[in-house]
Amino acid sequence: MVAIKTFFITIFTGILIASSGSAMQVTSTELVDNAKEYDKKEVIYSGEVIGDIMKRDEYAWINVSDGDNAIGIWLPYEETKKIEFTGQYRYKGDIVKIIGIFNRACPEHGGDLDIHAKSIEVIENGYEIKRNINFYGLLIGIILFIVAMTLTLIIYRKKL
Amino acid sequence: MPGNADEIKIIGYYIGKVINILGIIQTIPLITSLIYREWNISIVFLISMSITLLVGSLLIISCGFAKRKKIGWSHGMIIASFSWFLGMILCAVPYYLSGSYGSFLDSCFDVMSGFTTTGLVLIQDLDHVSNGVNMWRHMLTYLGGQGMIVLALTFLVKGTSGSYRMYVGEAKDEQLLPNVVSTSKAIWYISGSYLVVGTIVLWITGFFIGMPVDRSFLHALWVFMAAWSTGGFAPQTQNILYYHSLSYEVITMILFIIGSFNFALHYAVWNKNRREITRNIEIQSMSITATALTIVAIAGLIKFNVYPNFIASFRKGFYLLISGHTTTGFMTIYAKQFFNEWGNVALFAVIIAMLIGGSACSTAGGFKGLRMGIIFKGFFREIKRIILPDSIIQIDKFHHIGDIVLEDRHLRSAMLIVLAYIATFMIGTFGGISFGYPLTSAAFEAASATGNVGLSIGITQPQMPNTLKIIYIFIMWAARLEFMSVLALVTYLFFGMRKKWSR
Repeated sequence: MVAIKTFFITIFTGILIASSGSAMQVTSTELVDNAKEYDKKEVIYSGEVIGDIMKRDEYAWINVSDGDNAIGIWLPYEETKKIEFTGQYRYKGDIVKIIGIFNRACPEHGGDLDIHAKSIEVIENGYEIKRNINFYGLLIGIILFIVAMTLTLIIYRKKL
Repeated sequence: MPGNADEIKIIGYYIGKVINILGIIQTIPLITSLIYREWNISIVFLISMSITLLVGSLLIISCGFAKRKKIGWSHGMIIASFSWFLGMILCAVPYYLSGSYGSFLDSCFDVMSGFTTTGLVLIQDLDHVSNGVNMWRHMLTYLGGQGMIVLALTFLVKGTSGSYRMYVGEAKDEQLLPNVVSTSKAIWYISGSYLVVGTIVLWITGFFIGMPVDRSFLHALWVFMAAWSTGGFAPQTQNILYYHSLSYEVITMILFIIGSFNFALHYAVWNKNRREITRNIEIQSMSITATALTIVAIAGLIKFNVYPNFIASFRKGFYLLISGHTTTGFMTIYAKQFFNEWGNVALFAVIIAMLIGGSACSTAGGFKGLRMGIIFKGFFREIKRIILPDSIIQIDKFHHIGDIVLEDRHLRSAMLIVLAYIATFMIGTFGGISFGYPLTSAAFEAASATGNVGLSIGITQPQMPNTLKIIYIFIMWAARLEFMSVLALVTYLFFGMRKKWSR
């Protein structure tokens, strides 16, 4: 009985490995440029989560950018809980690896180009971007502001 | 006239007023960046605001005696066109200093694209751009849609006899009220009211599609500004596709359709003259061209099996065609998908829609529905003339706020501007081809720049040749001001130089 169980587990694991092995690692440019070629196929896509996690009932939309384009990813909302940072001015978003089915024109989502994720993995954590204050710029700004305000005052006084 | 010091001072004085307005409004992105603790961006806006006020104030002080001088037609035209040019350079300073652009030329390109409500962009890494810069980008397109001169007339230039000439120089010739300053105020009153309502509606929608409260508010405000101004800017690289929401698409579409209407029509409707909506020649003309071109575009998409079903074909085809027709430029697909997937039939429909454009005296660009309507009526008048006996005197009318008898001068003026647009479109297309882009792509991008649309097939990007960027900047500027004021400026500079050289 144990031998049969082990046999089935081995076979099942083999199928899983084989199926993930058939997925191709792609970039957003490859997906947009060769959308027909990848349509309905399983792909591996990596990039930074940008903007917002938009919850839609049990599912959610995230947008993942690899630097060239951002692609919409449709996934179960529970999966998005792995994401800590999303890319904005103040944050570098988490870098994620998505395995999912690519749709050139998704029939479920009004013809959008998207990926329906089967799995998501955070491969690099995001962080808050630290920026040093530009004190030299601030000084120039204050001087220019004083000069500009003086001229504005002259205009006001002379009623020009 | 050219070279006359007094006249240069008249022009300089009013340009100074416009420039000062551009300086004052930079307090809004400055405050935004302070609220969101974007300290370096607030420093950028402090510097650029001060530079802009400095330039404007110096112009006013040095040309101050011209305050009570009479403004001629040529002055009005030159004030309008040069204000836009100088405004472009000064408003590009915060863009460039923010570090979001590869060069100062790219910054100027995006400012002109915003002013002219085009929506083509060269900004880099938009998804990480600060709230302050995003506020400035969308404010520029909102301001450009209503008109920079309109803003100056509303707040800084009071009781000037030549105000109307500056107003016309900005390609707005409808007087909603007897006084042009009151007209400018009415335009801002209409736009401001829609701003409040539109932002609230988009804010609520953004919240229900899963965005946090503060970000959905900012996105709502910015997307409204871009939609109403038929500008096409958005705070994310994916444009409207970012939201993955039918409701967001429907609301933005309603907003940019309303935004593309003539301000005179808005004013008539606000004064309970609702029948004007169905009777107005521009609405009739746009309804016909939009319906016909939508049918062609969707038929093209179905023929090439671009989308899996009719609903998807309609959703994408209709949205993008109307986005092009109203010269908005909001996108729900990737730029390259136009070229790779859409096929020539649908692309042709979108190119034509972009060239026709929205209404006269609106935020939209293109030939304008009014001119298309007049040309259409004129065409049928000529056919009737051929068919009917000479003894019959026919009087043709068109309805635009009131009934107007169709005269040859209407037809001539409409044809002249349409020909100027076609010539500009051809220059832009030739520019694209000469840099090695395919004809369809070059024509598409040129139509987008000429019609101040903003849909892109992928040519407009930071890596494109600088010469092509300059060509597109010129096209966007000249087309938005409907050529006359830019031609007046070029002529003025040309004769001014010639006179100087001959001395």
